[in-house]
Amino acid sequence: MLKIIHVKVNGKEEELAVDVRECLTDTLRDRLGLTSVKKGCEVGECGACTVLIDGKAVNSCCYLSVWADGHSVLTVEGIKGPNGELSPIQTAFIEEAAVQCGFCTPGLIMTAVEIVGTNKQYNRDELRKLISGHLCRCTGYENILNAMERIVAENLARQQKLN
Amino acid sequence: MAIGQSMLRVDAHDKVTGTAKYTSDLEPRDYLVAKVVHSTIAFGEVKAFHLEEALAVPGVVKILTCFDVPDVPFPTPGHPWSVEKAHQDVADRKLLNRRVRFYGDDIAAIIAEDNVAADRAARLIRVEYEEFEPYVTVDQAMAPGARLVHDEKPNNILVHSGFQVGEMTYDEAVAGEDDLVTVQRTYRTQTVQHCHIEPPTSFAYQEGDKITVISSTQIPHIVRRVIGQATGIPWGNIRVIKPYIGGGFGNKQDVLYEPLNAWLCTQVGGRAVKLDITREETFASTRVRHAIDFHVAGAVRRDGTIVARKCLANSNQGGYASHGHSIVANAINGFKQLYRDEKALECEANTVYTNIAVGGAMRGYGIPQSCFATECLAEDMAHAIGMDPLEFRLKNCMQAGYEDPHTHVQFRSYGLQDAIQKGRELIHWDELRAKYQNQTGPIRRGVGMAIFCYKTGVHPISLETASCRMVLHQDGSVQVQMGATEIGQGADTVFTQMASEVTGISVKKVHISSFQDTDTTPFDTGAYASRQTYVSGMAVKKTGALFKQKILEYAGYALRYPVENLDIRDDQIVDTVTGETLRSVADIAVEAFYSLDRSQHITAEATSHCKVNTFASGCCFAEVEVDIPLGKVKVLNIVNVHDSGTLINPQLAAAQVHGGMSMGLGYALSEQLLFDAKARPLNGNLLDYKLPTAMDTPDLQAAFVEVPDPTGPYGNKALGEPPAIPGAPAIRNAVLHATGVAIDSLPLDPQKLITAFTEAGLIDD
Amino acid sequence: MYDMEQYYQATSVADAIAALGADPAAMPIAGGTDVLIQTREGRHAGCHLVSLHGLSELSAIREEEDGTLVIGSGCTFSEITNSPLLRPHINMLCQAVDQVGSPQIRNMGTIGGNVCNGVTSADSAPSLMALNAVLEVQGPNGKRLIPIGEWYAGPGKTVRQHDEVLTAVRIARENYEGFGGHYIKYGKREAMEISTLGCAVQVKLSADKRTVEDLRIAFGVAAPTPVRCPKTEAMAVGRTVDEALVKELGQSVLTEINPRDSWRASKAFRLQIAKEICRRAFRQAVAFAGGEIHA
Repeated sequence: MLKIIHVKVNGKEEELAVDVRECLTDTLRDRLGLTSVKKGCEVGECGACTVLIDGKAVNSCCYLSVWADGHSVLTVEGIKGPNGELSPIQTAFIEEAAVQCGFCTPGLIMTAVEIVGTNKQYNRDELRKLISGHLCRCTGYENILNAMERIVAENLARQQKLN
Repeated sequence: MAIGQSMLRVDAHDKVTGTAKYTSDLEPRDYLVAKVVHSTIAFGEVKAFHLEEALAVPGVVKILTCFDVPDVPFPTPGHPWSVEKAHQDVADRKLLNRRVRFYGDDIAAIIAEDNVAADRAARLIRVEYEEFEPYVTVDQAMAPGARLVHDEKPNNILVHSGFQVGEMTYDEAVAGEDDLVTVQRTYRTQTVQHCHIEPPTSFAYQEGDKITVISSTQIPHIVRRVIGQATGIPWGNIRVIKPYIGGGFGNKQDVLYEPLNAWLCTQVGGRAVKLDITREETFASTRVRHAIDFHVAGAVRRDGTIVARKCLANSNQGGYASHGHSIVANAINGFKQLYRDEKALECEANTVYTNIAVGGAMRGYGIPQSCFATECLAEDMAHAIGMDPLEFRLKNCMQAGYEDPHTHVQFRSYGLQDAIQKGRELIHWDELRAKYQNQTGPIRRGVGMAIFCYKTGVHPISLETASCRMVLHQDGSVQVQMGATEIGQGADTVFTQMASEVTGISVKKVHISSFQDTDTTPFDTGAYASRQTYVSGMAVKKTGALFKQKILEYAGYALRYPVENLDIRDDQIVDTVTGETLRSVADIAVEAFYSLDRSQHITAEATSHCKVNTFASGCCFAEVEVDIPLGKVKVLNIVNVHDSGTLINPQLAAAQVHGGMSMGLGYALSEQLLFDAKARPLNGNLLDYKLPTAMDTPDLQAAFVEVPDPTGPYGNKALGEPPAIPGAPAIRNAVLHATGVAIDSLPLDPQKLITAFTEAGLIDD
Repeated sequence: MYDMEQYYQATSVADAIAALGADPAAMPIAGGTDVLIQTREGRHAGCHLVSLHGLSELSAIREEEDGTLVIGSGCTFSEITNSPLLRPHINMLCQAVDQVGSPQIRNMGTIGGNVCNGVTSADSAPSLMALNAVLEVQGPNGKRLIPIGEWYAGPGKTVRQHDEVLTAVRIARENYEGFGGHYIKYGKREAMEISTLGCAVQVKLSADKRTVEDLRIAFGVAAPTPVRCPKTEAMAVGRTVDEALVKELGQSVLTEINPRDSWRASKAFRLQIAKEICRRAFRQAVAFAGGEIHA
């Protein structure tokens, strides 16, 4: 049951034949080689497969690939600069030691992209809620929250400069 | 100097960009999928399969059952092999099992073109069983006349052991004094699961005679050995590759499905086979942390001296031995190693086969359970005589210089009492203990603590051995190859720092191979027992010294200089007498490679057979707020203080502590794998099993007392597991302080609290 | 890959109704966060799906001239939470659906799915019950309106016919204007949680804010379906807003609910929680309605 879909992935228009039974995680991993999208539970409970669809974070494991037709998908592979520069979010994760085994990391970074995209200020408890769809067993979330606080502040400072 | 610096992780860039490859990211182009068929009873015998309908599903390639596998029992725990038969691990399972010993036992496997075909076939397989009444608890399994889970183990007891410290028994000690206060309790810990976010997936494929297995494991060299033992494939024909792994916490310190995967591969002509284990299977059919019941008694003098204690610990092993008795044996050792009993300590332990999920290694190896028991007992003894529980611990806790009379493990460095004092200040102990006295109302606060100690590695109980290889590149950088594994804890980063420290080559020029490949990687038993920074670190240090000597010897030859006057500092060959920089290591390396006169490829390799051990220790302090009518505990403030020797990388050390504290919070308040009367897991998924989310986790404070340990390669000792140990009893004791209600089992979940608060008369109509 | 036999993406509501009508085995799917997970479990293996995903007809939030708020069934939880139209009037619902699953699930799951799955633990249900929501359902013979009190037909069952599609949730002005409302979800953890018990309280106070003029109390997971507590509600009307009333409310609701014993939670435990969160939700609702609890 193949169906052709047109989807913009990490800024690039893709024409893909996908099985209608396929979830977006599999399409991104197996057809496009975007292996940052991880499988931890396959039922939307761990958040490791999180990607952005039109800027919104979703669990790609319970999202049918055919639904992405006509939409824009972003994964961690798509957030580096044109010359491979790390995004400030990635830098913050590295410098704050927010990474351990790294399996939840790409999903969390995508949620961070969504958070930063709102250009809003959030306190630590609000950030706890915003990242509560990601289970991490290594970090206790402490350094992840430190990284999140930092990128929210850095983003607001950048916005202020621009205005 | 690289030691003591908060160097950024060497693997962080790959992990934040998504380029880090985990097992599933390395799939061969063309592979078949395998699915394990699990028993739908917990105890019985498989009598027959009806496979016709399943085999007819389009896409199904082959179905193999417990009647097809080699008749070879094998052991699974990630222990070093023992050449003495008496010390070898229990070999009590086969690749697929006719005798079903837990719900979810492996009885057949389907190989198919895709997962839909495999899943459909699995639903269509009909199994005939002879079913027996399963045992969920140790008491059921040990009851007289209980059916044996393994015929060779009477009373379902895998092992019984015990020890006594002191000249008399507990009863004699108690009888000898009039004014002792005794406390007799049963403390129970629950079954929990590791919940590494990456499930334990693997691939197997054959090229010529060689079977390659790519697996998410902590112990690649052990996996190779056990694949060989289980399948009969010569060990040298087996190659195990361990890429980045998404956490392990001990579950992947067991050989899980790699032997089955290798064997399945041989049954389809060597084609690549992927064996995915789902989250639900991970809960039901891999390993769990043992639930242990501690029946304890303690006798204390009114001045606060512990006179005697005794403990009977019964550990729920589940259906197979796995790490078996080592865990509860470690747990009762915890009683002996943490406190001094003036007159007597008696400990006994049973490891009991039941029909629940199989107990294995999990972060802390029996000590989180032990610490719950010792620290509840200490608290309840202090409570019984009206003494401040911190003063009670300072008075009775193990002191500097202690040596375990049986294992001879010693505190080679000691910071426990300093850690207690540091925690006392950080949590404002004295102020809060006073402030939270005599509270009323539905919301109450309290503060509690717990202490622990933990050995570093497994010597002398098991072999401790590690190797390292260093290879000089043409640019003067060094490739470091370790059998020790990076599993998220930061091992590769601290090895990089150590390699830099010992060689004089800067950290930027140290390249560490993060993947292990048993064909090429030096031997090491892997990531467990908080051993690698200590044991494998010794191998880095030893190899680095050899490696540096070889470079210097070549430099001496090339520069016509006396070797004894040469050293490497910051990538330069220097004259140690004048301090003068002579040449760069890079220049020497190029010369060594391409010299027409004397070409030499400089490498070094060394094995460190570690025959020493040392205790790490520490404590946790927690301040809680209890919402009595809702049965909820909110942790307001929590701090762990660790005595882990010199910190190689303070930032990563703190991160390691945070993760352990979080695991301790879940252990304390919410996590429990539940089984019904048929021993069926009820909540084996990440929605119903309550791993803490970010919203359930307060800010986590990590602190250290850095007392360099003389035996550690760089003054360091165990840190990997300890952070997960003391949190649960500290929180339990804080709830006791807040409410006056002592909860003697984990977790302190709302329903249990509501029941206890109702019984205590704390809840109105 | 999900084990489904047929998949059809509807192009409109009418198209979906026709597709459902043509296949007795077909079932609708919208956000997918229930249906796909149950398909993976094997519960719907081999299913025939008619997808409502992305239908623009179902995605609007609007206010009708008479003040009725109309929420398209395809609206996601996060769209409802963030709706500037809904928040001033029915913030209780906006906050309730902000407690479903996780942020990602709330970006995917729809209010229509939450209502149509018929489960007692649905986080929107108690608030919708307390708001006297009316469900707009379209079938081959046109539209019908069903008060939410008549919607549930048993655990996981609703009165929706096989070939009907829930198109909107409607809340009339008389059910929100002048009210203060609050929903408390009780779970074992603070996120990624299925409700152990949920209670929504919607209260309107007298002009002097001293007495109860109208009260609705609704529970989830306190019975096989979401339920209201009509006797308690009636008892409270005209009563002074004081501690005695708060206490009585907690005791009274226990006579109207019937939570079950399960491995997730015992009945006795659920009753204690029901009593307590009803009181706390009432206190907060009174505060939102501009009143205060007198001693």
